[in-house]
Amino acid sequence: MHGIVKRFPGVLANDHVDFDLRPGEIHALLGENGAGKSTLMNILAGLYRAEAGMILVKGQPVTFSSPRDAINSGIGMVHQHFMLVPSQTVTENVLLGLDKPRFLVNLPQYDRAVGELGEQFGLKVDPRVKIWQLSVGEQQRVEILKMLYRGTDVLIMDEPTAVLAPQEIEGLIKTLRAMVARGKSVIFISHKLQEVMAVADRVTVLRRGKVTAAGVETRQTTRQELARLMVGREVLFHLDKKPRQPEGIVLSVENLQAENDKGLPALRDLSLQVKAGEIVGLAGVAGNGQRELAQTITGLRKCQRGKILLDGHEIGNCSANVAIRRGVSHIPEDRTHVGTAPNLSITDNVIMKSYRQPPIARGWMLDMVAATRFANELKQNYEIIVPTVETPARLLSGGNLQRVILAREISGKPALMVAMQPTRGLDVGAIEGVHRLLLAQRDAGAAILLVSEELEELLSLSDRVYVIYEGRIMGELQIDSTDSTQIETIGLMMTGTPLEQIRS
Amino acid sequence: MSETTVPLASRLRSLTLRVEPRLKDPPRWYPLAVTVGAIVFALFLGGILIALSGGDPLRSYIHIARASLGSLGVFSDTLVKATPLIMAGLACSVAFRMKLWNIGAEGQFIMGAFGASAVVLTPIIPAETPSWIFIPAMILAGILGGALWGFIPGFLKARLNVNEIISSLMLNYIAVAWINFWIFAVWTEGGFQMSPAFPKNAWLPRLTDLAAEIPILSGLTTHLGLILGILAAIVAWFILYRSRWGYEIRLIGDNPQAARYAGLNITRNTVLVMMLSGALAGLGGMSEVTGVVHRLQTSPLAAGYGFTGIIVAWLAKLNPYLVVPVSIFFGALILAGREIQPSGIPKMIQGIILVSLIASDFLIRYRVHIVRRGQEA
Repeated sequence: MHGIVKRFPGVLANDHVDFDLRPGEIHALLGENGAGKSTLMNILAGLYRAEAGMILVKGQPVTFSSPRDAINSGIGMVHQHFMLVPSQTVTENVLLGLDKPRFLVNLPQYDRAVGELGEQFGLKVDPRVKIWQLSVGEQQRVEILKMLYRGTDVLIMDEPTAVLAPQEIEGLIKTLRAMVARGKSVIFISHKLQEVMAVADRVTVLRRGKVTAAGVETRQTTRQELARLMVGREVLFHLDKKPRQPEGIVLSVENLQAENDKGLPALRDLSLQVKAGEIVGLAGVAGNGQRELAQTITGLRKCQRGKILLDGHEIGNCSANVAIRRGVSHIPEDRTHVGTAPNLSITDNVIMKSYRQPPIARGWMLDMVAATRFANELKQNYEIIVPTVETPARLLSGGNLQRVILAREISGKPALMVAMQPTRGLDVGAIEGVHRLLLAQRDAGAAILLVSEELEELLSLSDRVYVIYEGRIMGELQIDSTDSTQIETIGLMMTGTPLEQIRS
Repeated sequence: MSETTVPLASRLRSLTLRVEPRLKDPPRWYPLAVTVGAIVFALFLGGILIALSGGDPLRSYIHIARASLGSLGVFSDTLVKATPLIMAGLACSVAFRMKLWNIGAEGQFIMGAFGASAVVLTPIIPAETPSWIFIPAMILAGILGGALWGFIPGFLKARLNVNEIISSLMLNYIAVAWINFWIFAVWTEGGFQMSPAFPKNAWLPRLTDLAAEIPILSGLTTHLGLILGILAAIVAWFILYRSRWGYEIRLIGDNPQAARYAGLNITRNTVLVMMLSGALAGLGGMSEVTGVVHRLQTSPLAAGYGFTGIIVAWLAKLNPYLVVPVSIFFGALILAGREIQPSGIPKMIQGIILVSLIASDFLIRYRVHIVRRGQEA
């Protein structure tokens, strides 16, 4: 790709970008959110058209006017949000949109073909299973299979690890290696330095639509160097965390049992405590009950047994409204679908929890002047970058949106803050900002329950860590940054070994 | 690209349309320009239609304009037609804001008319009661009738998750059957399918009633319902944009999950919003029966105002203030259509205008480029 230019209103998404890919390599495309990575790859995959520049495939100039053209040239993309039909089987999804079979489908025959293809690349999926029955990781495998079945030589993966559990990431990396070994090439879009260093052969870094490093060998660079290229300044990997003596118990969960959406037990006899002025981490592989725990505490889910005490008051099985009034704030896992209302303004979004109290509420009415003033204050204090507070939330980038949520949740001066994956999908600069805000809350005396899948984040922020596995607490650790065996211990607990067994 | 020697025809052939979603909101004047453009375009198509049927498009249009806006008298008739549409449009707007698809404004409208009529026709309040008691009592009864008819699908939706589209639609037919029963069996006027006419003191005051003092108003049938409609629009706007309840409605409408997360009671709001919607439609029915028809009778009341209200709400982008001008525009269309031909061509022109307006929304959400093929990459 040479001199690619793509403009969106008000943004130059790609500014004369050059990118080259060799056969048989994993090439990472690294950059912050909004750096232009996805735009560039959408151009390569035929979804967008560039305003200038050219694309050469095996030396031949090509123009793509649809993803189909790109696939015909051997270029396929797996998007962050999968494009699968949930009610159809794996094979049916793989065949979808192809010219062959024409009318009658001999499914068993294709099942076999798809199964064999999967085996070749270590993509274990049963071809006859319906998509809705598969985990996210398995669905991703189906997406890759779809592309392989179409004979793509170049596979573009848009942030493939964002949705995966650690062990699934391992599997994905193996698959990618198998593909590369067969002469195919992979473009790996990411903003996680660690992953890029581990997976990629070469890396291209984008910053604000411009290339800051073109095809550098990963062996010849360091994480610090890449981070600098990505954000344009040195990033602090070590947070300035002051020692702080925790105070009284704010949250006490006792023998809690709750069910997940399918009615299966998700929390089994779970107990934990969070004190004022401490950050308590909850480590665990996704899907072990973290979400259900956060929801029962914040009043969004009923519990079957057990107690949730906030400052001694029972809040289990109360409504979300009661939890909010008692001072529980919640940073939800899903920013766009739960945390904000996309078409409402920033103002409407930040008053979501405070519109019931004065000064924003005035009896039955809303004082819009006070609400706007409040929104503008938050905009300034939390560095939310928008032209005006009337801007609808959907136009905000991920980091900005998270600042809106944090601003709203912190401004209520919470007694307890439940933060679910507060930095997921954010770029390095934004992550640092979120970490600082959480630490400031802790120093101000809030009790914080931090749920995260990033162990490094948990270890650097938390004062104590609980590990959850299949709805049970495997153990509790006081974090000691000088003790390097702790990571290993937590890792063992995350895979289901209780702490007593490890110690004995 | 070689641009010099290519013949024009093949150059034209190589032009393609490219459609892209707009990433930013277009300038403020743009939606208005597109709307006006769509109406002009529709009138042009309608002109072709008139010409094909042997008429003179220009003369027909002038006639239409005169018939709905040409004099004080006909403009007053336009406003009379617009009045029930305002309230039905408001009813749909508030419900649609919360993504509650209330298709039952028609039935709620009819039940509002029934409620108002019941005040007059049941012998509880004597017929010689003064207007200032009659009218508020009828307004209240109309609102109650509509709200009750909105409560039923709202409650079914909230408690049993019954699809409100189906239940509210079906309730329309029940409402018609209900008033048919009453005008056949109970309030029949000498065996005809209509109730006796209301006494004059149960009529909404009209402009023509003031003709004794201001002679120019003589014959103008615009009635108090128009003022009620405009007041209702102002109230609906304040509820939606300046009250805590309206904030809840907008939040639930935009993202129910976020609303739940913010501690809102969606079940209760579903019932309340359907009742508010029904109340607004019921007010419309009350205004129509006491301002225009002056008796309970099926055909002039169940004339599809509730259904047209759905279109009015959409064209007004669910904005209560815009509902008023859109309703007047529709009132003019209905009136003028009848003027040139009872049915047929005018109905078709109405349809073309509607489709054009709704389709023009596309131009607001997307940008269209004309590009020459081969110049894209």
